[in-house]
Amino acid sequence: MLALLLRDLRLATRAGGGFGLSLAFFLIVTVLVPFGVGPEGGTLSRIAPGILWVGALLACLLSLDRIFALDREDGSLDLLATAPIPLEGVVAVKALAHWLTTGLPLTLAAPVLGVLLHLPGPGFAWLTLSLAAGTPALSIIGTFGAALTVGLKRGGLLLSLLVLPLYIPTLIFGAEAARRGGEGLATFTPLLMQGGITLGALAILPFAAAAAIRVNLR
Amino acid sequence: MMLSVHDLAVSRGGIAILERVGFVLDPGEALVLRGPNGIGKTTLLRSIAGLQPPVAGRAELPPEGAAYAGHADGLKATLSVAENLTFWARIYGQGDIAPALHAMDLEGLAERPAQNLSAGQKRRLGLARLLVTGRRLWLLDEPTVSLDTASVALFAAAIRAHLASGGAALMATHIDLGLEEARILDLTPFRATLPAPGQGGGFDEAFA
Repeated sequence: MLALLLRDLRLATRAGGGFGLSLAFFLIVTVLVPFGVGPEGGTLSRIAPGILWVGALLACLLSLDRIFALDREDGSLDLLATAPIPLEGVVAVKALAHWLTTGLPLTLAAPVLGVLLHLPGPGFAWLTLSLAAGTPALSIIGTFGAALTVGLKRGGLLLSLLVLPLYIPTLIFGAEAARRGGEGLATFTPLLMQGGITLGALAILPFAAAAAIRVNLR
Repeated sequence: MMLSVHDLAVSRGGIAILERVGFVLDPGEALVLRGPNGIGKTTLLRSIAGLQPPVAGRAELPPEGAAYAGHADGLKATLSVAENLTFWARIYGQGDIAPALHAMDLEGLAERPAQNLSAGQKRRLGLARLLVTGRRLWLLDEPTVSLDTASVALFAAAIRAHLASGGAALMATHIDLGLEEARILDLTPFRATLPAPGQGGGFDEAFA
């Protein structure tokens, strides 16, 4: 299992591995929004939590189709399916590797980019916290979507359409927690809902994704 | 007994292609599957490996399962030869990759990225992976594609060593490996008789 995680992390950081793609996309979105909306501080700080959350979500979406498609193309997925580690474990490790190379960097970059959007002072901590609680759900749900579409050539569009509706609850509660934190309101409820979504996804989706891969390998 | 297959029927794309396949493979034995293109050699191997469920019948494997090698080698282009092989060795809980590198004559290429290998060298690396699985039963699908004569001899020697140590190999191949002891199973007699049109759900499933 650890070997698989280390391999995926190593592949992500080698040439063409896609590490940094999501981060660059996130940076571009947050830099462009003030140009589009205008530099007025009040407007920006009101929409900042939502923009940062939407940006992080789309950046996450960008790298999903790599999770299984590359392993499918070069035959690794067949070999992993016949290897002594359970397919559910493979899925969980792949989701973890995706989070470490996408969700975690996005979470760490968000407060820095928040400066560009006039994020209100108290909002920084809450934004980081809500991203830290929500991005694992984005990775595991995305891994499930990638498992569903692994047999399709150029399945990226279908993958996005499948995954986006499942991302909406995480987005709503995540952005709400960051907004309330910025305005000094109670953030307990949205964070709790978000944590619940993440833990529920972590508990169920590895099994669903492994079943989807088994069907797609036939 | 290493592998026993009873009355196995397999289908590809919803169409039954082989039925009533049965054979037994003992430790130290190699069995070569023969038959024209499309007869279902790959499908049969994938079914035995557990990658797709058989339509009927069953295959009994050793408890730890089999090492499967398909058309694709499962190599990562940006990892070096040694990194690729070490990864699979660790997945299978094995330690040393040096014997496998030596057996497939890859020692001089160990640090080279897999994307810079020739097709034959990639295949040799894919076959070296079998040696680090530690599995006794090998399921090989066209293992000698793009290998030159010398490499085929290396591979035949690796198979012979595997058989001598109590392993077994089931392979689909068209060329003569020079393994006199290998038995040959022609799959032509097991070709499934096509159901008459309109029977069962086969027709719709074929176009699904």
